[in-house]
Amino acid sequence: MIALLKKILLVDLLQGLWVTFRNQHPKHLYTEQYPLERPKVAERFRGAPRLNINPDNGETLCISCDLCAKACPENLIVVTSVRNEQTKRKDLTTFTYDTSRCMFCGLCEDACPVDALELTQDFELASYTREGLIWDRQMLEEGPKPTRYTR
Amino acid sequence: MSQTFLDSNELVLNMGPQHPSTHGVLRVILKLDGERVNGTECVIGYLHRGVEKIAENRTYQMFAPYVDRMDYVAAVSNGLGYVLAVERLINVEATPRAQAVRVILTELNRIASHLLWLGTHALDIGAITPLFYTLREREEVLKIFENYCGARLTTHAFRIGGLQYELYDGFEREVNAFCDWFIPKVDEYEELLTNNRIWRERLIGVGILNAADCKRYGVTGPVLRASGVAWDLRKAQPYCGYQNYEFDIPTRQNADTYDRYVVRMEEMRQSVRIVRQAVGAIPDGPIKAKVAKVLKPPVGEAYVSIEAPKGELGYYIVSDGTLNPYRVRVRPPSLINLQALDQMVRGALVADVVAIIGTLDIVLGEIDR
Repeated sequence: MIALLKKILLVDLLQGLWVTFRNQHPKHLYTEQYPLERPKVAERFRGAPRLNINPDNGETLCISCDLCAKACPENLIVVTSVRNEQTKRKDLTTFTYDTSRCMFCGLCEDACPVDALELTQDFELASYTREGLIWDRQMLEEGPKPTRYTR
Repeated sequence: MSQTFLDSNELVLNMGPQHPSTHGVLRVILKLDGERVNGTECVIGYLHRGVEKIAENRTYQMFAPYVDRMDYVAAVSNGLGYVLAVERLINVEATPRAQAVRVILTELNRIASHLLWLGTHALDIGAITPLFYTLREREEVLKIFENYCGARLTTHAFRIGGLQYELYDGFEREVNAFCDWFIPKVDEYEELLTNNRIWRERLIGVGILNAADCKRYGVTGPVLRASGVAWDLRKAQPYCGYQNYEFDIPTRQNADTYDRYVVRMEEMRQSVRIVRQAVGAIPDGPIKAKVAKVLKPPVGEAYVSIEAPKGELGYYIVSDGTLNPYRVRVRPPSLINLQALDQMVRGALVADVVAIIGTLDIVLGEIDR
């Protein structure tokens, strides 16, 4: 009897509608208004790569050990260096990072012994050309410059 | 299709690969008699990337990010299966702390996977509302992943021998807060769907696959459990310390689409239960066992299967003693479960095909690999 009454009075449907109604309040809005408000990504976010420089003298931290290139599953990092006869160390000449093939797995970052290569919180990496996605040393040190649109 | 000819009253309908309800790029060729389905043929391979072949050209550590891209909805589970298989190959066990964290993350991933399934499945049936709510809750899980390992979807959270990242401050608090917040949300979905007459009429008695057939096809996961078989690899052959956690295996008897829905809803609750126990007792200690940087496993083979959200996910790795695996074979639950589609849809209506594909919870990235 009660079941029949419930069926006639559409209790099951009204119950569902009540859930929808409860969620109408604007505080339940979750949509990000993306270009206007950029999300704050996590501290460990694996985004655009960056080659860190020493802030005091502007020299690169990279010691050209090539470990990141060896760790990369996609072989997209190319490091070249010349041997410095005075310091008996290798000086970094070029560092190329192909972001078009990168899957941001973080293995290069883990491999780096001096925290020179790092995946940063920048996530806007789009480019109009394929060449623009292959980052050279300068680009890696400065980071991406996403276009900011204003009204 | 066993018969290549058509009766004069039969019609062949091509569904997919762009059909939104096939959950990816599955193409199903339906043989119809009016609204009734007389046979199906699945065409797969549109998302084939040759992941198993890629493995043969990568070292063991390098291949780990690729497994995330098979079942991208449950990337953490994929990663767990792979690292466990390699760990068995080199005879290393992860540290207790790493194991606890692994359990937490995989169970959270199970919740995320089931949430996406629930939202899209309900959307296929015609209930749009749950999708918005489930994606909202899934977002919270993904935020925990992002905070922990820096990526939301293709996480690459685990490494061979343990973990790469130490827990961040407030991890336990965040996970506990999620658990407390999430349980009422599951009740909310149930309010929306469980008693809804449209939902019940669309699902009850649709796509029945009984226990004997499940075993015949090798179907695992919630589909098997909805047919009354309490088979869960977390209980049957515990890995990662699952034997230390208390949880139930939800089962149902009718083996129809509605029962699979009920089983998955209950699984989400059980996952929360496991997460609560695990997060309350994360042991201290190192997060990574000693593993050689240049990994050369001894000649041999290993098969490890885990209970992924979709069923039994197995990794079979053959090592020939070099840096790269000789062969990696994945047993994807989605592919095996999809084999049962033909039997489930025979005699059903066209509209039910969508429901049945949805209830199998397939991910094409995993089927095609």
